[in-house]
Amino acid sequence: MSGNEAMIRATGLVKRYKDVEALAGLDLTVPEGKVLALLGPNGAGKTTAVRCLTTLLKPDAGSVSVAGVDVVNDPAAAKAKIGLSGQYAAVDEHLTAYENLVMIGRLYHLGRQPARDRASELLERFDLTEFANRPTKTYSGGQRRRLDLACALVAAPPVIVLDEPTTGLDVRSRQLMWDVIRELVRDGATLLLTTQYLEEADVLADDIVVIDHGRQIAHGTADELKSQTGGQRIEVVLASAADSDAAARILNEVAVGEVQVSDGGRELQAAAGQEAATDLLRVLQGFERDAVKVLDVGLRRPTLDDVFLSLTGHAAEAAATTTDATEASQ
Amino acid sequence: MSTAVQALGDGWVVAQRNLIKIVRVPEILVFVLISPIMFVLLFAYVFGGAIDTPGVNYREWLIAGIFGQTIVFGATFTGAGLAEDMQKGIIDRFRSLPMSNSAVLVGRTASDVVYNVLSLVIMALTGFIVGWRINEGVFKALAGFALLLLFGYAISWVMALVGLMVPSVEVINNASFIVIMPLTFISNAFVPTQEFNKVLKPVVEWNPVSAVTQASRDLFGNTGLGPGSDAWSMQNPVTYTLIWIVGIVVVFAPLAVRQYRKAASK
Repeated sequence: MSGNEAMIRATGLVKRYKDVEALAGLDLTVPEGKVLALLGPNGAGKTTAVRCLTTLLKPDAGSVSVAGVDVVNDPAAAKAKIGLSGQYAAVDEHLTAYENLVMIGRLYHLGRQPARDRASELLERFDLTEFANRPTKTYSGGQRRRLDLACALVAAPPVIVLDEPTTGLDVRSRQLMWDVIRELVRDGATLLLTTQYLEEADVLADDIVVIDHGRQIAHGTADELKSQTGGQRIEVVLASAADSDAAARILNEVAVGEVQVSDGGRELQAAAGQEAATDLLRVLQGFERDAVKVLDVGLRRPTLDDVFLSLTGHAAEAAATTTDATEASQ
Repeated sequence: MSTAVQALGDGWVVAQRNLIKIVRVPEILVFVLISPIMFVLLFAYVFGGAIDTPGVNYREWLIAGIFGQTIVFGATFTGAGLAEDMQKGIIDRFRSLPMSNSAVLVGRTASDVVYNVLSLVIMALTGFIVGWRINEGVFKALAGFALLLLFGYAISWVMALVGLMVPSVEVINNASFIVIMPLTFISNAFVPTQEFNKVLKPVVEWNPVSAVTQASRDLFGNTGLGPGSDAWSMQNPVTYTLIWIVGIVVVFAPLAVRQYRKAASK
């Protein structure tokens, strides 16, 4: 590791499961105090990458270091540097939040009283004090996720890894989670998070690595990625499929990149340029001029699907992903 | 901190967590307590008249067999508990902590002894009601219970390994049933050794479940005219059981810990 820049550094990570190559030579670097989002659809290799970074899985090839510790050669030392909060909210449902946190503190060998103090402190910080003495099976998804994150922070690790911290949460819980994560970053933590939502990566991360089939397909800030996908998208629903060609022609004059047509020609969409609102206006003027009747028209922020489509030419495989991401952005 | 001390310390934290569950999920406790009562009553009164145990009343003779069977079945809890923790990602959580690699298993196998203690107490009380007696004094009887618990503890390590290998809790419950039923029925737990045919008799004589049953039966003083077999295992059941206990732990504890280290829960 050179200087203090890279708190997480993975080079050439490879992991194979039988015939599937879950990771095919992935490189990741997260400088101290920064947030990297690993963005990709289900099955892209996000969780495998997280497991390799956090000592849970040995990569078949490549090297990983966290806070200067070689994860493969010295997993015990690496574990002390990493707080992991997984996708499956791994808290014991029969224990209360307080008991969960104290147990983890004691397994970090904090000592009995410091573990208790730390538990109370985290409960307060995560707004869970009110439910602290209820078994966690009575918690909502968002509360469990917050507790799971609190568990990852018990030993105040310098590096925090979050595997899909908001998947399956409703909009309000997601916002709450984002607030908590932003606060961690303000406090100086180095963070790697995986997500299926471009929106989430946009809001939280300094840097985004888009992965597909276990390899990086794009890397940059949210703005850089969006400029590749053309930023906001114009979506049009026509009254009649007969107008499809005319509408496509008008969109084509204005939009950046290709026009996509679906629903038998009634739905069209294309990426708008930098001045999305002006582009939309021009499209509408064109429709009026050529008497194209529309049922619905609007601007929409790009989803992971759009990023994928423009980067790989194929759509993100999990259909549900897009819907979730769209809901989240509303 | 030395590795062994850390394993015990961390194991104790894990065991406390499991013990809390015993109190919080009374359904499990009810199952643990009801099924041995059911077995005592079923065998005592359904088979009681049909099986001949020379020199001793069948119901008195039977109880040690029920103890043995229940202890072996009790080990299933260890496997089921671990399979559940795997499924729910709790093993991942533990594995991400800088704790001892064997602590989760040390804690789990230890806390499951509590289930076995509870069911032995209930079975003993039920046994007293149907006619079971301790005839060799309190100390020998306590030695009998201790041997049963040690045997159950050893089998727990086998189930720990299985629990870490199976994809779900349901699988472990079914799989253990398939293995444990024949293991306990082709033993002297319910039917005396001399009643088995020529093919099965050696299996019964050398079956570790027979050994632990025979040993505790001896220590409680419920044997009547003897084990009904001249095999060394049946003449020296305590020694033979201890050999099994040590052998199982020596082989299966390292295997289970190895499996824990590489277990990748979904």
